[in-house]
Amino acid sequence: MTNPIGPKAAAASGAPSGLATDRQDERLARDEGIGGAIASFRRRVAGGDLGSLPVVIGLVIIWAIFQILNPNFLSANNLVNLSLQCAATGTIAIGVVLVLLVAQIDLSIGSVSGLSAAILGVGITVAGWPIWLAIVVAVAVGLLIGLAYGLLFTKFGVPTFVITLAGLLAFLGLQLRVLGPNGSINLPYDSWIVQFAQAWFLPPWLAILLAAVAAAGMFLSDWLRARRRRAAGLSTGPVSLMVIKSTALLVVLVVAVAYLATDRGVGMMFLLFVVLVVVMNFFLVRTRWGRAVFAVGGNVEAARRAGIKVNRIYVSVLMLGTFFATIGGLLASARLTSASLSSGGGDTNLVAIAAAVIGGTSLFGGRGSAYSALLGILVIQSISNGLTLLNLDSSIRYMITGAVLLLAVIIDSLSRRSRASHGQA
Amino acid sequence: MSLQAQPVEQAGPVGEPVISLRGISKNFGAVRALDAVDLDIFRGEVVAIVGDNGAGKSTLVKILAGVHPQDSGTISFEGRDVSIHSPAESRTLGLATVFQDLALCDNLDVVSNLFLGREMGGLTLDEEEMEKRSWELLQQLSAKIPSVRIAVASLSGGQRQTVAIARSLIGDPAVVILDEPTAALGVAQTAEVLNLIERLRERGLGVVLISHNMADVQAVADRVAVLRLGRNNGDFMVADVSYEDIIAAITGASDNAVTRRASAQAPGGRAGDAEPGGPPKVVEAAKDVGRTGTEHPDAGGADGRHSTEEGRQP
Ligand SMILES: Nc1ncnc2c1ncn2[C@@H]1O[C@H](COP(=O)(O)OP(=O)(O)OP(=O)(O)O)[C@@H](O)[C@H]1O
Ligand SMILES: [Mg+2]
Repeated sequence: MTNPIGPKAAAASGAPSGLATDRQDERLARDEGIGGAIASFRRRVAGGDLGSLPVVIGLVIIWAIFQILNPNFLSANNLVNLSLQCAATGTIAIGVVLVLLVAQIDLSIGSVSGLSAAILGVGITVAGWPIWLAIVVAVAVGLLIGLAYGLLFTKFGVPTFVITLAGLLAFLGLQLRVLGPNGSINLPYDSWIVQFAQAWFLPPWLAILLAAVAAAGMFLSDWLRARRRRAAGLSTGPVSLMVIKSTALLVVLVVAVAYLATDRGVGMMFLLFVVLVVVMNFFLVRTRWGRAVFAVGGNVEAARRAGIKVNRIYVSVLMLGTFFATIGGLLASARLTSASLSSGGGDTNLVAIAAAVIGGTSLFGGRGSAYSALLGILVIQSISNGLTLLNLDSSIRYMITGAVLLLAVIIDSLSRRSRASHGQA
Repeated sequence: MSLQAQPVEQAGPVGEPVISLRGISKNFGAVRALDAVDLDIFRGEVVAIVGDNGAGKSTLVKILAGVHPQDSGTISFEGRDVSIHSPAESRTLGLATVFQDLALCDNLDVVSNLFLGREMGGLTLDEEEMEKRSWELLQQLSAKIPSVRIAVASLSGGQRQTVAIARSLIGDPAVVILDEPTAALGVAQTAEVLNLIERLRERGLGVVLISHNMADVQAVADRVAVLRLGRNNGDFMVADVSYEDIIAAITGASDNAVTRRASAQAPGGRAGDAEPGGPPKVVEAAKDVGRTGTEHPDAGGADGRHSTEEGRQP
C-alpha cells in the first residue's frame, strides 16, 4: 500500500514528544496505570457506554432475590440444571444477535429449530439414518432456508420481518408434515446425541484445566496485543492490569467449575454453547467479515460505497441465523429426548430474541456482541428457573420475563440517549 | 503552482485524459439530473466542477464512484471503455471518492472507517498497523482528532470530513474526487486540504474538486468545468478566466444578484462575505457577456484540452 502523498508524510508523523502516537492530543485525559484504567472505565459508564454492565448487575440482583426466596436456587444441582436449560435457546440467540447486528430480524427461528428437531427425530427413528446423517440433513435444510431468506431479501427487497413471518408459518407446517400423524417421536435414550445433552459432563480436572487455558489465553492475547502496539509506537495498558484481569477470570472460572463439580459438573452441551459464543465473538471482532457486519448494521449505504459486498453479508448473516436455530433445535430435542409438535414452539422464538436484546444487542443494528446471547439467556432462564422453584406457573413467568425485556429495552434506549448527549450516538 | 516540479513520467502523456466522460445522462424519475455531460480528467491536473445547488455535480460524482450507473453515455479510463457498476469496481480502477454526505459508519471507530472495505492483515485484522497508519494520515491533514478509537458519531462535522478525506488517500488512487471537501472545515484544515490537493497534483494524480467556494477553486484548480441544470455550461482554464465569467456561467446570466452585489460592494467593501468564496477583487460587473455558456456549447470538448496544454506552459 503506497502513500499517495509522499515524503511529507514521514516528516509530519515524526512524534515530537516521547508520548505514544495515540496519546499526543492534549485534550485527552491521561490515564496511566491501574488507577487510570478504573478512571477511564468510570468515564465510559458515565458517558452512557454501559457495555454489559447493566446485565451483569441485573443478573446478580436476580440471583440474590431468588436465593433469598428459595435457598435451593444457588445449589450446585440447580445451577447445573440452569446451565443445561440455557444451552439450546442460547445457541439460537447467537443467531439472533447476528441478525440484529445487521438491523434485520428473523422471526422464524422457533419454527426452523422445530423443523430441525423433527428431521432429527424422523431421520433416526423412522428413516433409520445414522445420527450424523440426520444432523447433516437438518443443518443443510437450515442453511438452505437461510439462503432463501437472504436471496428473497437481497433480490426482491422484501423486508426480513415479512419473509421470516412467512417462514414462521411455512416451516411450522413443514415440521408438522415431517412429524407425520402421531406428532411426537421419542429419541432413543442411549443414542450419543441424547447422552451428550443429558449425561456428558466434563471431569473436574478437565474443567479446571480448560478454565486455566481460558485465563492463560486471555493473558497471552492481551500481552501479544500490547507488544504489537508498542512496536507500532502506540500506547499500551499496564501489564499489572492484564495480570489482574486474567487472574480474576481464572478465579471466577475455577470457583464456578469447582462448585458445579460438587454436583454433576459442567455439561458438554453448555460447553458447546459457550465455545460457539467465543468463536462467534472472534469472527465478529477480529475478521473482515465481522467488521463488515457492523458496518452494514451501522450504515448500509456507507458500507456499500466502501466496496463491501453488502448482499453477501446479508445472506451470510441470515444463513448463520438459521444455522444456529437448527443447532439449537437439535440440542433442545436431544435434551428433551423427543421431537414433537411443540418443539421450537411456545415461547422459543420470543425467548431467543429477548435474550439477545436483554444481553445488550441493539434492535437498531450495528451495536452488540456475541456475549449478549450468553448473558441474556442466563437472565431469562434464571427467572424462569427461579419461578419454577417457587412453584409459580408459567403465567407469572411470562409476565415477569416480559417486564424484564421491557426493562432491558428501556436501559438500551436510555443509554442511547445518554450516548447522544455525550456525543456518541 | 510550480509546474516544473511535475514529474512528466508520472503525469503520463499530457494530452491523454485518464478518465473521459462523453454524453453522460442520468434521470431520476422525471428529473433530468444530467444531460449529455462531457468531462475529461487529466493526470496532474486539478479540475473543479462548479454549479448551483442541484446542478448535478454530486450525481456526476456518484456515477464515477459506482453508486449508480449512468442512463446513457460512455466512460473511458486510459483510453478503453469501462462501465462502473459498483463502488468496488470504481475503487479497482483507481478512483477514490469523498462523498458530500461523507458515507461514514457512525457506530465504528475512526480506524475502522478509514480502512473500511480494505482492512489490513491476513486472516485476522492487523489493528495495530491500521491504527499507526491512521495517525500518520491524520497528522498529514493536521486533523484535530483526539483519539482514533472513538466512534465517528462523537466527532465534530469537520473532524468527520477530515476522516472522509483521509479515507480516500488509503490505497493507491489514480484519481481523487472530492465533493465539497472543505464545506465544514476550519481555516487551518481547509488550508491543509488545499495543500493536500496540490501535493496530489504534484504526484501526478488527477483531482476532481467540487466546491461552492470560488476562492478555493481559484486557489488550487487548473481548470473549471461548469454545470448548469445538468448540462455542460463552460470549461475554462483558471489562469485565463475571471471570477465573474465563472459566476455568469454558473447562473446563466451576467446580470444577476451575485454580480450586482459584488459590484455594489466591491469598492473597499468585502464582497467575499456577501457570497461564499467571492473574492473581494471583483470591481466591475461581468464584461464579457459572450463568455456565458449558452454561447459556448462546446467548451468542454477538444478546445478545452488544447487550452489545458497551453495553460501548462510556464
Ligand atoms: N437519489 C436521487 N433521487 C432522486 N433525485 C435525485 C437523487 N439524487 C439527486 N437527485 C436530483 O438530481 C439533481 C441533481 O442533484 P445533485 O445532488 O447532483 O446536485 P448538486 O449539484 O450536487 O447540488 P449541491 O450543490 O446542492 O450539492 C437534483 O435536482 C436532485 O433533486
Ligand atoms: Mg452535491
